[in-house]
Amino acid sequence: MALEKKIRELKEKREKMLLGGGEEAIEKQKAMGKNTARERILAILDEGSFSEYDMFVTHDARDFGMEKKHLPSDGVIIGTGTVQGNPVAIFAQDFTVAGGSLGLMHSRKITKIMDHALKMRIPLIGINDSGGARIQEGVNSLAGYGEIFFRNTISSGVIPQISVILGPCAGGAVYSPALTDFVFVVENISKMFITGPEVIKTVLGEEISMEDLGGARVHCEVTGNAHFYAVNEEECFGQIKKLISLIPRNNGVKAQACEVKAPDPSYDIEKIVPGDPTLPYDVKDVIRAITDGSDFFEIQAMWAKNMVIGFGRMGGHTVGFVANQPLEMAGVLDVDSSDKAARFIRYCDAFNIPIVTLVDLPGYLPGIDQEHAGVIRHGAKVLYAYSEATVPKLTVILRKAYGGGYIAMSSRHLRADFVFAWPAAEIAVMGPEGAANIIFRKEITTAENPDEMRRQKVEEYKEKFANPYVAASRGYVDSVIEPSETRKLLLHALEISADKDVQMPQKKHGLPPF
Amino acid sequence: MENKELDKLIIDDTLYTTRLSARYKGKKPYAPVDPGAVMSFIPGTIVTILVSEGASVNAGDELIVLEAMKMKNMVKSPVTGKISKINVKSGDRVTKGMLLIEIR
Repeated sequence: MALEKKIRELKEKREKMLLGGGEEAIEKQKAMGKNTARERILAILDEGSFSEYDMFVTHDARDFGMEKKHLPSDGVIIGTGTVQGNPVAIFAQDFTVAGGSLGLMHSRKITKIMDHALKMRIPLIGINDSGGARIQEGVNSLAGYGEIFFRNTISSGVIPQISVILGPCAGGAVYSPALTDFVFVVENISKMFITGPEVIKTVLGEEISMEDLGGARVHCEVTGNAHFYAVNEEECFGQIKKLISLIPRNNGVKAQACEVKAPDPSYDIEKIVPGDPTLPYDVKDVIRAITDGSDFFEIQAMWAKNMVIGFGRMGGHTVGFVANQPLEMAGVLDVDSSDKAARFIRYCDAFNIPIVTLVDLPGYLPGIDQEHAGVIRHGAKVLYAYSEATVPKLTVILRKAYGGGYIAMSSRHLRADFVFAWPAAEIAVMGPEGAANIIFRKEITTAENPDEMRRQKVEEYKEKFANPYVAASRGYVDSVIEPSETRKLLLHALEISADKDVQMPQKKHGLPPF
Repeated sequence: MENKELDKLIIDDTLYTTRLSARYKGKKPYAPVDPGAVMSFIPGTIVTILVSEGASVNAGDELIVLEAMKMKNMVKSPVTGKISKINVKSGDRVTKGMLLIEIR
């Protein structure tokens, strides 16, 4: 009987905790189009799978009136559960409790679940919705953030770490998402910046709105800090579940395989790429022509659009795609697209995901803007990432592969395992126009009819060099193939590369040009 | 392929038909730096001006005290020459990249 009473007592205590900051605070949250912390967790996790921990943790701060403040669960919910059957660790800051501010116990809860995630080798999902450090707790709040950043770093590349920005994430707090693998943002709800508009106005006299400074669009289109954009929280949850289903739970296993599905036959791979190498097409159509079910989960779709990255399945297994996008900026390599590709290559390498690279680029974007922005330093990251990656690397040269771009895009020289080229591939030092102007400059300038001579020489160069056969004659290209054979040959290459084992020379780690 | 957003981009004498990025379309044309142009390196407030028009200065001489980020920053002369124009006075709030002093 006494036990019955105790059980009732527990249920009552739980009910109180579940209200978080109270009805009024919850209403304010909803009015902003935001769900509560627990609602978010329950929406992401499989029904009935959520096991919450540390619900009854309280702070013991005594300064600045804190002893009078009762903060349910100290403003953060932590626990474990499954996402489509895959175990995950999760935390969600509760904005209804002291603005979700981070104090000592709040941070201890987060680091506890981060420790669990690393120990158990399961993905960590962090839902950020917080006003920042709890000023009343002073240095303890800073210590809390530091402990989180350290763990983000130590877990990096061991378990997938996902940050979901469903509210403000400002000041120091924003470095945790920056250290994680993927950042999800939602229109009008996500806010990320180091210093906010008020501080910027006071200290520097510059005026800008919160949304324009660090809203969802800004981070998806301009800064490259975010990876997935959603118009509301529900769309975001769907994206998270999709991602979890594609990636492995830790770096010791491969991602779960799926039933094999043929691509949608409406993608006719032979009709997508125009014959004229200066005309654009959407490389995503080529990707969809070869992936299972023509499914492609694009990452960072709104930033550095001249490079396309994302996950698809081939033969039921997750594959990472890196592809030049001729539809945007002629598919050139530049500062941002280099960063985008390099980081994704390293993600795939860390988590045993084979990489398929589709090549069609005229080279690097020329210009003072690029040079002064450090295209040298950033471009080098792609060379570094591909060279260092030991997962199976498959390359298909669709059309242009000129100069440095040819080398950088997963060439044989950076140890791609299999390099295929389509018959219209042009693997050359540069395009025929540019090359002819340099190599045959004398002939052209001294000719009776320079324009005619130039046209002739361009034809000559095209004939001799703008094709895949010179590279094939050197073994730089393993096989010149028909577009319709692409999927079949990639599936075969993936199958035989399944147990690829390559060791790097012993070192603590290299020095990529950060 | 919808043609409405397609533009032209030249790489190595070859003309490509493609979409241009916002960053590319918005980039400022390059202007070589005038060595005698003293620009504000940060938004802030002019506290003191230590020179006057017509004065001769050497490279490294102190010109203006610019208060920003809670610091009194000393702006020094980049070149040796004569102050031809002072565009600000004490108390003025300046943005980043404003031409404060011209030295010939």
